[in-house]
Amino acid sequence: MTPVLTREHGQELLRQMLLVRRFEEKCVELYSLGKIRGFLHLYIGEEAVAVGAMQALTPDDGIVATYREHGHALTRGMPAGALMAEMFGKANGCSRGRGGSMHLFDAARRFFGGYAIVGGGLPIAVGLALADCLQARARVTACFFGDGAVAEGEFHESLNLAALWKLPVLFLCENNRYAMGTALERHPAQPNLAANAAAYGIRGEQVDGMDVVAVESATRAAADAVRAGSGPVLLEFLTYRFRAHSMYDPELYRTKEEIAQWMTRDPVTTFAKRLTDAGDLAEAELAGLEQDVAATIAAAVAEAESGPSEPVADLLKDVQTPLP
Amino acid sequence: MTTLSYREAVRSALRDALRTDPRVFLMGEDVGRYGGSYAASKGLLEEFGPERVRDTPLSESTFVGAGIGAALGGLRPIVEVMTVNFSLLALDQIVNNAATLRHMSGGQFSVPLVIRMATGAGRQLAAQHSHSLETWYAHIPGITVLAPATVADARGMLLAALRQPDPVVIFEHASLYPVEEETDEHAGPTDITHAVVRRRGRDVTAVTYGGSLAKTLAAADRLADRGLSAEVIDLRSLRPLDMETMLGSVRRTHRAVIVDEGWRTGSLAAEVSARIMEGAFYELDAPVARVCSAEVPMPYAKHLEDSALPSPESIVDAVMAVCPRRG
Repeated sequence: MTPVLTREHGQELLRQMLLVRRFEEKCVELYSLGKIRGFLHLYIGEEAVAVGAMQALTPDDGIVATYREHGHALTRGMPAGALMAEMFGKANGCSRGRGGSMHLFDAARRFFGGYAIVGGGLPIAVGLALADCLQARARVTACFFGDGAVAEGEFHESLNLAALWKLPVLFLCENNRYAMGTALERHPAQPNLAANAAAYGIRGEQVDGMDVVAVESATRAAADAVRAGSGPVLLEFLTYRFRAHSMYDPELYRTKEEIAQWMTRDPVTTFAKRLTDAGDLAEAELAGLEQDVAATIAAAVAEAESGPSEPVADLLKDVQTPLP
Repeated sequence: MTTLSYREAVRSALRDALRTDPRVFLMGEDVGRYGGSYAASKGLLEEFGPERVRDTPLSESTFVGAGIGAALGGLRPIVEVMTVNFSLLALDQIVNNAATLRHMSGGQFSVPLVIRMATGAGRQLAAQHSHSLETWYAHIPGITVLAPATVADARGMLLAALRQPDPVVIFEHASLYPVEEETDEHAGPTDITHAVVRRRGRDVTAVTYGGSLAKTLAAADRLADRGLSAEVIDLRSLRPLDMETMLGSVRRTHRAVIVDEGWRTGSLAAEVSARIMEGAFYELDAPVARVCSAEVPMPYAKHLEDSALPSPESIVDAVMAVCPRRG
């Protein structure tokens, strides 16, 4: 069932997608300046998935994400300054400069982190859901992962265990058609990734991942079912990464034409047009959203720039909990 | 005091933990209806029910990872992995997640997870059920690695592990499960911050852990017959290492032999040896010696397996080689 899209909600979805898009565009700029180093995996093109899915989750629900998780963290409500400071490797970063782009954490928002071993987050999501079950909490754990993870054993083991124990896990596959550089045509024997759900006797569904409203409504329906005790659900969002896998990727494995084709379905611009056409977004309102987002990002960069560096004396801090 | 076997001591600690802490649950392959592959959890399913004694599918990576997730979610999971060889399927979760999460999250999350597994050879189980890979885990910052060598420690170390705020891996040497000792079945946690001197001696320090303790003590008896007094130290904790106890002993005996069922190359014995050299080089009257397993996948045939493992004889020989000739 598609929810009625109010003017306010439509604009909020657009604002969040714009925030993610512009934040990452700024990251590219800062990467070129050497302010951000290491791997930087951009989500540009896939914003509708995190933004749409996150609408269906409550503050009590848990989130497990991948190394391409700037959008998930921002949409979950992590302050942009904490995220940017983390990218700068500063002590005011969300992981105190220990994690960087791939390992964002926010305990207060139940954001259990970015996991950079493909498939490695799925068992953790299963365990979080088990903890909720054993403590009689009606929560959902949403676990994001890419199409590449579907070939990993942990994907199958986790679906099996969650289904066997009827655990409240929302498995959210972001199928951007490439496992790094290996195309979907070349890595799963079953290219309909949602069809894997059938092997575990759970519901699986393909969703247009370029349409934020479709993502939100599918995730709401799935989250409601999971929360009501249906056991896990697998959603596969069909999406596309517009930029390279990371800043080191020369993109030898796909054509410019293919990228251009997908860019005609840009989730941000198409949704803005949809709102405009429906009379739900005036030109001045769009400009206002852009301004709002730009101000947030400028403040985030300033926070990152001015943030302190962790003292080297604290290098070993938090390897283990200090004992009393 | 009661006569308990090592497996009963593990069970008594599991039972105490399940009784006293509602956050504790046990999961792993065949821990429930089967009673545990080494019968350590026999009877616990009946006593605590299937919610808290959970049989898992054969998916080491995922049930260990689920243990990490459940710990993040506020529980106190105890995960049993049948053997250290099987734990390699879960190495990603242990090394990349359990050990890193606290630091990688800037101290926001800790993982109070206890992982128990059987280790070691001696039962003709050949090359996929017999290895001693403790040192691989002892290499990893972020986890504590324990090796109970006695019945009392099998109980006390599990209780101690459950008080740790971060991941603990416990290695139970499979040959020890049937061993019986007089034990206080209500004893509290073991002091895991200190190695323990199991036998006092003057002439040589023999450092060991886990399944090699009994062999080393047997060797010390034979050495006594030859007029050599060996001090035997049980490491208890393989990470962190309590070097103070070891160095204190070496400063008195001036000789050290390390007995480690792992393979010699890159072994825990190598680490202990290096640290003795770093901390007491000028106290040494002889090179540090090591008694390790032969560098071969563990063979099935009994005589071959026996010859691949440290034995009281090989320990005696190693000690004699570093001690001055008497008489």
